[in-house]
Amino acid sequence: MTVHSLPFKNIRHKPSRTAALAVIVFLMAFTLLGGTLSVLSLQRGLAALETRLGADIIVVPDTAKSKMNLENIVLQGIPGYFYMDKECVDKIAQVEGVEQVSAQYYLASVSSGCCSMPVQIIGFDPETDFSVTPWIRQSYGETLGTLDVVVGCNINKLVGGTLKFYGLECNVVAKLDRTGTELDNAVYGNVDTVKKLIAASVEKGLNELAKKDPDKIVSSVLIKVKDGYNIDDVTDYINVYVRHVQAVRTKSMLTGVADSLGGVSNVIQILIAAVWVFVLILLFVVFSAMINERKREFAVYRVMGTSKSMLAKMVLTESTVLSFSGSVLGCAAAVLCVSSFSTVIENQLQLPFLLPDFGTAAICGLITLAASVVISSVAAFYAAIKLSRVDAGLILREGN
Amino acid sequence: MILKAEAVTKKYFRKFADKNYFYAVNETDFVLKEGAVTEIIGRSGSGKTTFLNILAGLLSPSSGRVMLGDTDIYSLNDKKLSLLRNDNIGVIPQGQTGLDSLTVLENVKLPYILYGKGEDADERAAALLEMVGIAHLADSYPHELSGGEVRRLAIARALMKNPPVILADEPTGDLDDENTEIVFGILRKAADDGASVLLVTHESDAQRYADEIYRMNSGKLEKI
Repeated sequence: MTVHSLPFKNIRHKPSRTAALAVIVFLMAFTLLGGTLSVLSLQRGLAALETRLGADIIVVPDTAKSKMNLENIVLQGIPGYFYMDKECVDKIAQVEGVEQVSAQYYLASVSSGCCSMPVQIIGFDPETDFSVTPWIRQSYGETLGTLDVVVGCNINKLVGGTLKFYGLECNVVAKLDRTGTELDNAVYGNVDTVKKLIAASVEKGLNELAKKDPDKIVSSVLIKVKDGYNIDDVTDYINVYVRHVQAVRTKSMLTGVADSLGGVSNVIQILIAAVWVFVLILLFVVFSAMINERKREFAVYRVMGTSKSMLAKMVLTESTVLSFSGSVLGCAAAVLCVSSFSTVIENQLQLPFLLPDFGTAAICGLITLAASVVISSVAAFYAAIKLSRVDAGLILREGN
Repeated sequence: MILKAEAVTKKYFRKFADKNYFYAVNETDFVLKEGAVTEIIGRSGSGKTTFLNILAGLLSPSSGRVMLGDTDIYSLNDKKLSLLRNDNIGVIPQGQTGLDSLTVLENVKLPYILYGKGEDADERAAALLEMVGIAHLADSYPHELSGGEVRRLAIARALMKNPPVILADEPTGDLDDENTEIVFGILRKAADDGASVLLVTHESDAQRYADEIYRMNSGKLEKI
C-alpha cells in the first residue's frame, strides 16, 4: 500500500457510490458527444448533398409534379421519373452566363434482386457530366460501358455482380462512397444504358410517361453558371425564355433541408445544454453530499497528519479516475449509438446524415473527455475546498 | 518532548445564556510532562475534547499559543503542521475512527505510509496489533470489528510512529473492563517509555494509571 493507492482503495470499497458518479459523467459525455456527432453528421450530410448535386441550377419539366419528383428523388429517396424534349438542352446551353450543361435521365425500377423496394436509376452523359463523374472517378477509373452501372453504397450488390432491370442485366462496376443522402440508394449509368432501360420499360408497358423516342428526351439539365454571373438571374432568364421547363436553384431546393437541419441542430444543442446544466448541478450536489458523508473519514486522515493539499489530491484523483472511466464509456456509447443508428436517424429526420471522419470524431471525443473530467474535478475540488475550511477537530466532535 | 498550552482560549459565537458567544476553553495554561500520564476529567461539554483538539493542532485557538518543544504549532502552515503531527503527535480521537476502505493492518500502517516511510511498517504494525490483542484481525475491515476492537485499532495506529506525545480522547469509552485495563496499560507503558500521554476520560479507573489529574470546568483547567 502506498499513499497513491489510497484513492483506488476508496473507489473499490464503495462500488455503488463509484457506479453512481460514473453514471452521471457517462450521461454528460454521452449527450455531449452523441449530440455533437449528430449535428456534425447533419451538417456534413447537407454539404455532401450540395457537392454531390454539383450544379448551380437544375432544370426540370415545368409541371409542379416534376419539381416535387426531383426533390423526392434527391431528398426523400422516392424513385420517380419525368421527361422533357431534348431540344431544350441546346437552348439552355445558349443562355448567357451558362458555363456547362449536362443532361440526366431518370428511371425508377419496378423491383430488383438487390433491393426490397424500387430503386432510382440515374443516367448521365459522361462527355458533359460534371456532377456524378467526379464521384465515380473516386471508385472507378474506367469509362462506363453500355449496361455498366455504378451503385450507391446502400445498394446491396457487390462490384462484379449484376442487377436486372426490366429484363436487362446490368454489370455493377463500382460502388460509390457513402454520402448520407438518398443518392446512396440510386444506381448510375451512362446515357446509352439508361436509354436501353427506358426502352425496355416502355416495351414492358411500365413507363407510361416515356412514349416518346428515348433519343429525344431528357429528365433534367444540370447547369454550372459562369463566374461573375448571378445564379438567380440565370435561373430567372431560363424560366422566362425557355418554354416548358422549370429552372430551380439548387440552393433553394436545399433551403428546406437547411432550415430543417438548423431546427434539429438547435433542438439538439438546447438538449445538450439542458442535460449539462442539470448534470452540472447534480455533480456539485453529489460531490458535496459525498464529501459531507465522508467528512469524518477525512478528519481521521487529518488526525494522522494528512495535509489539506494531500486530501484534496486524494479526492481529485478519485474524481478523475471516476470521471475518466464514465466519460470514456459515455463517448464509446455515443459513437456506437450514432454510428449504429445513423440510417434510422436519417430516415426519421428525413435529412441527409453523414458521420464525420475519424479525425473529427476523435477530436470531438477528446474534447468531450477533457470537458467531463475537468467539470467533475472542479465539482470535487469545490466540495473538498469547502470541507478543508472546517477544522478537523470540529468534525470529530460533531460525530460524537 | 514537552507540549505546552499558553493562555489558550477557544471562543464560539453562538447564543449562550444572555450573550452571543461562549468560551469552550478560557485562558488556559497547561504543560504535558514527558514520561507521564496526565488525566483530564470533567463533565460532558466542559471543553475537554476542544482542549485536546487544540493541543493536537486540529482546532485553531481563538487566542493563545500551543508550543511543542520550541515550536509554536499554530504559526506553521498546514503542510508543516500536518507533518509535525504525523511525526510527533499520536491522536486517539473519540468514537469509531477506522477507515472502512482499509484493512486493520493497513489502517495501522497508514501514518507511516502518508509520508512515504513505509519500509519497516509491516513489522511495526504487526507488533502493535499483537500488543493490543487484535493481530488475528489484521486482514479484516473495521466494519467487521466490535467497538472495542476498533478502539484498539485506533490506539495501535496512534502509536505506530512511536510519537513523543499521545493524546487520547475517551479511549475506553465503550470498552468492557478487561479491554479498559488493556488500553490503560498500553498508554501507561508508552509513558513509561518516555512519551507524554494525555488522557481525557470519564473513567475513574484511569486515575490509577495517571501521574497528574486535572479537572476541566467551564473551559478552565484546575489541578486536583
